[in-house]
Amino acid sequence: MRHETPSEENPVKPWRKLRFFPSMQPGGWSGLALISPPFAYSLLMLAAPLLLVFLLSMWTQNYLELDRTFTITNYKEAASEKLYQVLMARSVVISVIVTIVTVLLAYPIAYYIAFFGGKRKAIWLLLITIPFWTSYLIRVFLWKVILGYNGVVNGSLLGMGFIEEPLTFILYNANAVVITLAHAWAPFAILPIFVSISRIDKSLLEAARDLGDGPLRRFLRVTLPLSMPGVVAASLIVFIPTVGDYVTPRLLGGTDGLMIANMIQIQFGKANNAPLGSALAVSAMVIVASISIVFVLLNRRFLKVKG
Amino acid sequence: MSSKPPKSLFTYAVFYLIFLYAPVMLLPLFAFNDSAIIALPLSGFTLHWFGLLWETKALHEALYNSLLIAVITAVGSTTLGIFAARAAARYEFPGKRGIVGFIMVPLVLPEIIVGVALIVVLIQLGLSLSAWTVIIGHVLICTPFSIAILQSAFNNMDRSLEEASMDLGENKLGTFFRVILPLVTPGIISSLLISFTISLDEFIIAFFLTGTDVTLPVYIWGQLRFPARLPAIMALGFLMVSLSFFLLLTAEYFRRRANRLTGGHSQSNDGIFQ
Repeated sequence: MRHETPSEENPVKPWRKLRFFPSMQPGGWSGLALISPPFAYSLLMLAAPLLLVFLLSMWTQNYLELDRTFTITNYKEAASEKLYQVLMARSVVISVIVTIVTVLLAYPIAYYIAFFGGKRKAIWLLLITIPFWTSYLIRVFLWKVILGYNGVVNGSLLGMGFIEEPLTFILYNANAVVITLAHAWAPFAILPIFVSISRIDKSLLEAARDLGDGPLRRFLRVTLPLSMPGVVAASLIVFIPTVGDYVTPRLLGGTDGLMIANMIQIQFGKANNAPLGSALAVSAMVIVASISIVFVLLNRRFLKVKG
Repeated sequence: MSSKPPKSLFTYAVFYLIFLYAPVMLLPLFAFNDSAIIALPLSGFTLHWFGLLWETKALHEALYNSLLIAVITAVGSTTLGIFAARAAARYEFPGKRGIVGFIMVPLVLPEIIVGVALIVVLIQLGLSLSAWTVIIGHVLICTPFSIAILQSAFNNMDRSLEEASMDLGENKLGTFFRVILPLVTPGIISSLLISFTISLDEFIIAFFLTGTDVTLPVYIWGQLRFPARLPAIMALGFLMVSLSFFLLLTAEYFRRRANRLTGGHSQSNDGIFQ
């Protein structure tokens, strides 16, 4: 008779449990039954609508009529029209910059809390999240107040005599969008990095020290690689939604800072061309997904490491 | 690791916190500032803008719509969250990772995509936009947060309590309502509060899916174009900050109590992002 013992390589599969212990609850079915309402909701309200967006993107809008013959005209237009190219490229570039800035700024904080937070870790994390439970719109608007011509930054710099004239390169352009988004997404970058740094086995750091690594080498060769899963997660959590941000470019971007979401909204609203808007949305999703997949693949050697 | 942080790192942490709090710190300044222009230097102190809020009827309607939407969203997403979190924490079933992962997708989907997807369906079905269409979208984006919170509550629960109840003759349903549910109640309250807060603040989906029932963020968005209305909006923002601060602290209190009740270890990092 064969004995099957659960082990790392050979975990007991649910259906095997059933066969070996016939009196046990069929947990598999209970689990499936339990998860079916939320799953059905997601299928109905997310998967089906996304599929319809995809279909719609291949139809065409003739004024009030919708022409349901399949065509890729919308995608051709999305790819060839200069305006859409510029907006799409700008959205991706701004999001990449926002992601890099946000993660770079967040890493030291996560590191500080994880290693030196001591008993006050929870308080630090709470302190970081509190400002973000305030109205997103009002927060973004307040950056306009801070960065504006008569704003707080210009006011203080003028008052202290550092500058003669108000700075104008900080509002109504891509810089303003980057600063504001780097602020808006800060906790979403800090928390995953914090979690992965906290999970690092401290004895590895001691081993590195005992073997003669200095603080910098120890950081580069032990801490940083082991915290990469958090960095990758943080980057994706910041990058993906940022590409689709609507409010910040609209309020702070001026004409040079508008992004693809603003154009998608225009197509669904004023321009009344939902199929083109859908094509832009699908293109944006495909581009974002491709970049994310490449990014994960580039980092896959770090992701296999179990901390 | 040595327990002394390098001074530079601590200084950085302080500056970072100032950066994080900079916008919020300005709210009370301008909410009580006796000037129609949002700029420094400040003039006198006034409560005029709060009085103005009290008299603006459109704001009250928007607030009512938002509260209604947020309450229904919170109940809806927490209910779905309980199903999913219990299934994920307690059972193994084929396709589990894929299904749970799929339900969590809205967490990383740009909100504008959710808005676009739902409005396309509504247009095709010929349905009119209303508070309900906003609720559908909000439940979709809040459910992943509910699941994350509830899953940690269900995970931390001591399985032996459940077994004891079954041994003592309760059936599955009785055990669920009399043992499991009370143990995860703090997690449920925390999930209700978090999804309520998210729904109350959500703009893009509401902007796409709201009909004549304008929500509070959509109302604010409309007001941001008129400089004369801005001081009142600052006052409104200040009230909202105070409210969400209070809600967040309450949610945090219940989350910690959940950890203690379920016998789990109160780790500082088992919040909604794990």
